[in-house]
Amino acid sequence: MNTSIDIIMLVLIVTNLLLLGFSQLKSCIRTVACQGIALGVLSLLVNEDGFTVWSVVMSGVVIGLKGVIFPRLLLGALRETNARHEVEPYIGHMASTLAGFAALAASAWLCSRLPAFPGRVTPLVAPVAFFMVFVGLFVIVSRKKAISQILGYLVMENGMYVFGVVILREMPLLVDLAVLLDAFAAVLVMGVAVYHINRAFDHMDVDQLDTLKG
Amino acid sequence: MILSLISLAALMLGGVLVVLTKGAPVWSARAGVASAVAGCVCGCIAGFQALVGGRTESLEIPWSVPGGALHLALDPLSAVFLIPITGLGALCAIYGAAYFQGHRDAKGVALSWFHYNLLVASMIGVVLARNALLFLVAWETMALASFFLVSFEHGKATVRTAGWIYLIACHLGTAFLLALFAILGERAGSLDFAAMAQSGAALPASVSRWAFVLALLGFGTKAGYIPVHVWLPEAHPAAPSHVSALMSGVMIKTGIYGLLRMLACLGAPAPWWGWCLLGTGLVSGILGVLFALAQHDIKRLLAYHSVENIGIITIGLGVGCIGLSYGAQGVAVLGFAGALLHVLNHAVFKGLLFLGAGAVLHGAGTGDIDHLGGLLKRMPVTGVTFLIGSAAICGLPPLNGFVSEFLIYLGAFQGVASSPGVVVAACVAAIAGLALIGGLAAACFTKAFGVIFLGEPRSEHAVHPHPASRGMRVPMLALAAVCVLIGLSAPVVAPGLANAVAGAMNTPPGAARAGLNAAVSPLAWVVGVSAAGLALILVLAALRKRLLAARTVGAAGTWDCGYVRPTARMQYTASSFAQPVLDVFPLARGTRYRQVQPAGVLPAPVSFSTETKDLFRNRFYEPFFKRTAEVLSWFRRAQHGRVQLYVLYLALALIVLLVFGLK
Repeated sequence: MNTSIDIIMLVLIVTNLLLLGFSQLKSCIRTVACQGIALGVLSLLVNEDGFTVWSVVMSGVVIGLKGVIFPRLLLGALRETNARHEVEPYIGHMASTLAGFAALAASAWLCSRLPAFPGRVTPLVAPVAFFMVFVGLFVIVSRKKAISQILGYLVMENGMYVFGVVILREMPLLVDLAVLLDAFAAVLVMGVAVYHINRAFDHMDVDQLDTLKG
Repeated sequence: MILSLISLAALMLGGVLVVLTKGAPVWSARAGVASAVAGCVCGCIAGFQALVGGRTESLEIPWSVPGGALHLALDPLSAVFLIPITGLGALCAIYGAAYFQGHRDAKGVALSWFHYNLLVASMIGVVLARNALLFLVAWETMALASFFLVSFEHGKATVRTAGWIYLIACHLGTAFLLALFAILGERAGSLDFAAMAQSGAALPASVSRWAFVLALLGFGTKAGYIPVHVWLPEAHPAAPSHVSALMSGVMIKTGIYGLLRMLACLGAPAPWWGWCLLGTGLVSGILGVLFALAQHDIKRLLAYHSVENIGIITIGLGVGCIGLSYGAQGVAVLGFAGALLHVLNHAVFKGLLFLGAGAVLHGAGTGDIDHLGGLLKRMPVTGVTFLIGSAAICGLPPLNGFVSEFLIYLGAFQGVASSPGVVVAACVAAIAGLALIGGLAAACFTKAFGVIFLGEPRSEHAVHPHPASRGMRVPMLALAAVCVLIGLSAPVVAPGLANAVAGAMNTPPGAARAGLNAAVSPLAWVVGVSAAGLALILVLAALRKRLLAARTVGAAGTWDCGYVRPTARMQYTASSFAQPVLDVFPLARGTRYRQVQPAGVLPAPVSFSTETKDLFRNRFYEPFFKRTAEVLSWFRRAQHGRVQLYVLYLALALIVLLVFGLK
């Protein structure tokens, strides 16, 4: 069981690093979709009682939302706009990948200082969760396209989901579903917003939106 | 208690009804007015019951808010404030309905009734609340409701500015109150006023000192003490007239109420508190009336008179506190009684004057005194009631303003006659100050009434004003009648305040009753003489009418020394009338004269105008806030509009906190 959780963790790390390295927005979206599917599998694996109906439903919902619906929405928004690449991010793709490694190391250090988590956890889980939150924040801060920012938000949310599903396993199903609904609403709103920003300004570069400030 | 609860419920339900029916603005406004009047009448009855009966009724319901409790109580001190709030509230609602008749913004008018009801309800809440948290909620609701009422005509830039100044002043004041309640609540272990009053006696001087200063600043901002009065001359002219009447007549008094309520929670007053109140009162009174004298806008003039009258009330409080702390009970009773009665009286005559000013504004279309004139013939009811209000505010017998000032005088003279040296000094200062204020107020209202209502119209505005409708006349007549009534029934009214005075002084009512009974016989004398004078005037007027009945009365030009083209513009103007008085005071230097002198044999058109800006606003607040804005604008560099960097700030802050928490 622990081995399979660790494999998922590795998948998450790799997808994060890929996300930092890709410049094609389409590839970025697909990477995040892979991450979503990995999360769905993870929520199936961590269950101590084996496969119950609820855990299957839960993982189905997660895979459906994060693996299928979100990417569809975002790819749809991308099609409406004519942006294909993340051009000139504040931090280059190579440097971003290196920063990703640094973030991984920082998360590992941070988790070594934190008090031990309860429950059956492999030593990888907490650092990976932190790592995902950091990567999400990093993407939000360093990228200019609004779509990238949504992806950053999703990755951050995924990181919290890892925490929730593995470390705080007592979290009731209802809360999980509510969080998912939240994320869904947020992505929907942001997808629509991107579409409208693009329509109104003919671009979706967040760095050019500062003329709106009061 | 039941009646005051019904009153609150009626006001609030009326407000809700207004919002629900805003689709039909006419009916919505009617619902607002009707509920306001109904609620106010119930509240007024409750107030009289409590004041006369001298009982305290209370109601306490637990509230889930930490430290809060829905603790309401109606005692005689609250009743003294509840009566004018509800009485003036009802009359102003009736007036407002007529004032807004045919207003083009029907929907805005309807919604203004929601805020009106909320304002009256929150004022009632302020005087009934016995828990600091509940008090603050009511206090802030009052500030917000009145802010929306002040900004009723928010299409005008001046009104918006006035609204903002008012809102900022209110919140700065509340900041002091928060600190005050935090200090007292921490000492008492509860935010209940009763607990605060109990722990008040044991308060060390170092704490009560600061608590007093905070109360004076916090409540003083609402009351309008100089120098924290700056919002008054802006907000009162901006608001619709019935709202100015309500705000100036009663809302600013909640500041006095709060001060009195808190004084009871601070233990025995230190001597310097009385001095401080007396000084504040003298400064506010004298400067207030001087600023008023220099104004050309009628509502702004009246606003400055509110500052002056708050000053008079505070002189009374100061005399009372000094009497208390030096053990001169009689002086204290008369000082507090004068102050409390002036609260009531000022509500009546200032309400009347603002309603009269509203009628002038509504009828002539301008509030600029120098554009008016001769309105007494064209708007007789407004003119006569305004005259009664003017005489009352100047403190002339036999009207109500005289009675309350007379009580303060009486207290001060008693202090001069029978007390140690320090008290004598304070009382002499109070007497001199009151006399000066009274004289200047008389000059100011001679100017206001004379220029607006006498003589000939100075501009087209005043030639054909449309007279006040019945809905506007009735409240003015009622208030004028109350002015006369309180004036003539002073020997009955004054002892009736005994319970409230005892509440303000935190003593059993026996002493207050004895002190006030001693004042009855001089009051009876004064009232008797002035009633005789009044009767004489009425007899003479009747005689004149009778003598003139059979003759023709014609109007002709005044003899003008042979000059053939006199015009109405040759009359005294507001500024020329006030100039000799203002020249005596150094404050006149704040007046800016703009003039083009005639030159040559055939001079070009010339002009002359004066403008007196508020000294404190110009010299202190504007530079202060400008400098603050400059300093704070440095932070705008962090406000660059880049979403990424905002997120970075947040993330960095969180990470730093996390790492910091690990160590």
